[in-house]
Amino acid sequence: MAPKRPESVQLIKQRRDAALADLVSSIPYIQFLGVHFDRRGDELTAVLTYRDSLIGNPGLPALHGGATAAFLEVAAVIELGWANLWRQMETGQSEANAPATSPLIKIPKTIDFTVDYLRSGLPRDAYARAKVTRSGRRYASVFVEAWQDNRTRTFAQATGHFLMPDITDAKIKV
Amino acid sequence: MEIDKKVVAQKFMEAIPHAKDLGIWIESIGEGVVEMHMKYQEKLIGDPATGVIHGGAVFSLLDTCCGAAVISHPEQKGLTATIDLRVDYMRPATPGETIRAKATCYNVTKSVAFVRAVALDANDQKPVATATGAFVAGDA
Repeated sequence: MAPKRPESVQLIKQRRDAALADLVSSIPYIQFLGVHFDRRGDELTAVLTYRDSLIGNPGLPALHGGATAAFLEVAAVIELGWANLWRQMETGQSEANAPATSPLIKIPKTIDFTVDYLRSGLPRDAYARAKVTRSGRRYASVFVEAWQDNRTRTFAQATGHFLMPDITDAKIKV
Repeated sequence: MEIDKKVVAQKFMEAIPHAKDLGIWIESIGEGVVEMHMKYQEKLIGDPATGVIHGGAVFSLLDTCCGAAVISHPEQKGLTATIDLRVDYMRPATPGETIRAKATCYNVTKSVAFVRAVALDANDQKPVATATGAFVAGDA
């Protein structure tokens, strides 16, 4: 019997994208806030779609600091949850027979989150990218920044510490 | 004079679209001390498996409450903006319970207001989260 052909990377990526979309749409608060994710290779960009209900200062007007913080936190947590998965995929440790939609990913818990407000958030879409600075067995440190029209003009940045889900009962399955 | 300021703060806070969307209201307002509540709602759930509210919603409540504490401070003239805010998440909020935030603006300098806050659910003893922040003093 001929050995089974390995699954194409494109197929695996499609499955990952579907699982990411499932995860994001399963969390009511992410839907309430209006955040979605755009993946280009291993780079994940969080997108906050503008709505009038995100305004915190109607006079300026400017985005609410809490909405900005929540957006950054969502971007950080999803990046953290998925950084591990991509690493597994690149090293060929991907599981070929898992069903297409079973996002049994345990979400890391936020320990603390510190936001710097550098400019006021304008009434338009915002984008964020997170970088996992350190990811250990129990704790992870993540830096995240957000911008609007110009990538170099960061309007908010944050650092957060996260408690990683218990590895023994949280086998990542996609 | 002070009463006017409190009325203005209450009116202003109620006119914040995002606070309204989250279901945040002012429970009490004093001089540099504000208590705000946020009702448990399904749209705020961050973990569908447990029904626990998302940390981002708690952050928004604390930020709004801290901002109001600055505005209500006798030495603050006008509105404010957050410079930075740190939130420590102590434990998940109990699903179904209203979150209560209490903020104190404990110092105002010429250009910076310092604030701390705590978020509680029905349990008064163990905080859900605490916050520390710096806000713009003077003209925001």
